[in-house]
Amino acid sequence: MRERLDMKRAVPAREGSTVTLAEKTPLRLDSGTEIGPFAMSYMTYGTLNEAKSNAVLICHALTGDQYVASDHPVTGKPGWWGRMVGPGKVLDTDRYFVICANVLGGCMGTAGPQEIDPETGRPWGLGFPVITIGDMVRAQSLLIDHLGIDELFCVIGGSMGGMQVLQWAAAYPERVANAVPIACAARHSAQNIAFHEVGRQAIMADPQWRGGDYYESGETPRAGLAVARMAAHVTYLSETALHRKFGRNLQNRERLTYGFDADFQVESYLRHQGITFVDRFDANSYLYITRAMDYFDLAAEHGGVLARAFANSRTRFCVVSFSSDWLFPTTEARDVVRALNASAANVSFVEIQTDKGHDAFLLDEPEMFATIGGFLEASAVRRGIL
Amino acid sequence: MATIDIGLGRNIEIRDDLLLIAEMVAANSRVLDVGCDDGSLLAFLARHSNVDARGIEISQAGVNSCVSRGLSVIQGDADTDLVDYPADSFDYAILSQTLQAMRQPRTVLNELLRVGRRAIVSFPNFGFWKVRLDLLLRGRMPMTDALDAAWYETPNIHFCTILDFVLLCRDLGITIEQSIITGQTGKPLRHLGTGRVANLFGATGVFLLSRGDR
Repeated sequence: MRERLDMKRAVPAREGSTVTLAEKTPLRLDSGTEIGPFAMSYMTYGTLNEAKSNAVLICHALTGDQYVASDHPVTGKPGWWGRMVGPGKVLDTDRYFVICANVLGGCMGTAGPQEIDPETGRPWGLGFPVITIGDMVRAQSLLIDHLGIDELFCVIGGSMGGMQVLQWAAAYPERVANAVPIACAARHSAQNIAFHEVGRQAIMADPQWRGGDYYESGETPRAGLAVARMAAHVTYLSETALHRKFGRNLQNRERLTYGFDADFQVESYLRHQGITFVDRFDANSYLYITRAMDYFDLAAEHGGVLARAFANSRTRFCVVSFSSDWLFPTTEARDVVRALNASAANVSFVEIQTDKGHDAFLLDEPEMFATIGGFLEASAVRRGIL
Repeated sequence: MATIDIGLGRNIEIRDDLLLIAEMVAANSRVLDVGCDDGSLLAFLARHSNVDARGIEISQAGVNSCVSRGLSVIQGDADTDLVDYPADSFDYAILSQTLQAMRQPRTVLNELLRVGRRAIVSFPNFGFWKVRLDLLLRGRMPMTDALDAAWYETPNIHFCTILDFVLLCRDLGITIEQSIITGQTGKPLRHLGTGRVANLFGATGVFLLSRGDR
């Protein structure tokens, strides 16, 4: 693993659009710091109709980015939600104008710790302000303003993307017609904060991290970031899925080696996940974004009562969870549904039976496609989006 | 047209029952259908009466099928989950052919009339003559086409008669605004009232209820 981790760092190529936001008035962050002007990179698919009524905002997850349905400029892999987005798909790009922006704090073109701080002329590093899910959403709202869109037909996303969906619905209820939070919760659990802390400590324990100031050293904390990814990746799967995929099968060998090489397929798989991740992700971004998730607690912003976050909401909600997701279990989705009921909001809730764990939202789950598709179709027809 | 045998159980041909309930619902109102099954009543109300229709269904497969058809439905249990809704959230809370499967029918009835300004409740009448005859002559728990589950596996654990229901409403201070008693064929039986005759000849009762204090 060591020698493979030392492969030379790929330079992220960028495509799509980048816009400068908060040019006149800086964006005030939850921490009290102000940021702006700042860059935001995004991709769009499809065409915005004349009434500007067919816009769908996709919010990406922790390690996602704006390349929803196009090949990734660094890895060359197809878009992360190509199953969901495209002509004839659930998010039909012949029908909807689909937007996805790299989150604030990210590393694919939007302002984040690896970008240049205009005041110093050097990369931000840990000088970048700590951001929250609320900050990410406020920044996205500036992009939606920039695109001239008043109301989004739908805001949708899984995992951290789902947190942003809930935040959108709470902060801008009049701008969200339909909200689809998938595999998420209204707050990050202690267990999830714990896993994130393991990942952050792995990064910070890597000598190449250099207190976050590694950009000009020619090295990055690849080993630390890879370990962080490996630990996190386990939480995205399920015991059943791991067993079905790997069991105790050995990796390209007949017998145990009595050493610490990757004897088991599951080890080899995780190492691969770690190694490929570091080519496309910035370690400091990982610190900032995991922190934003940890800080997320929508009820806390509303006097401890989650239902207040959605008071008088006219948004239609479709909450989706997966039966084998132990990172964001169905019980947490149910808490959201309960709060939405308590505010008399229009809510649908489906739990998809699957053994694929948290990652199921990225995979081929026909029942997820059918339920979200039907949910959106009903609203689209009523709104004359054909 | 559908025949409602003795109208017990949830597998009756729902169309007649559904139409009777639908006729009680004012257009453009807000409705919660508790135990909405495959969502046919919700779909009907949304289509014909421009109703803001929501549903609770205990089976996740039923929920997913409803949501796929564009209906707003959540997975939930009427016995425990109505408590989540604020008072007066809906104009009507509907419980069709489900009261007898509740663990706490009395509590559920109160809850329906808390979250809904009115409630519409339909249930199979265990006082129906055929049911009585079955028990009297055979000495066995009634089982028919509609009530096809044996006593040890039926979800229906709290059967009542029309008289029982009327008495419970009186005890709870609930006003019966309208009642429709249907016979074996599912057709309404006119001018039966809600007394002993209705209790003998009615296979199903459909009741529009409101809180007595209003």
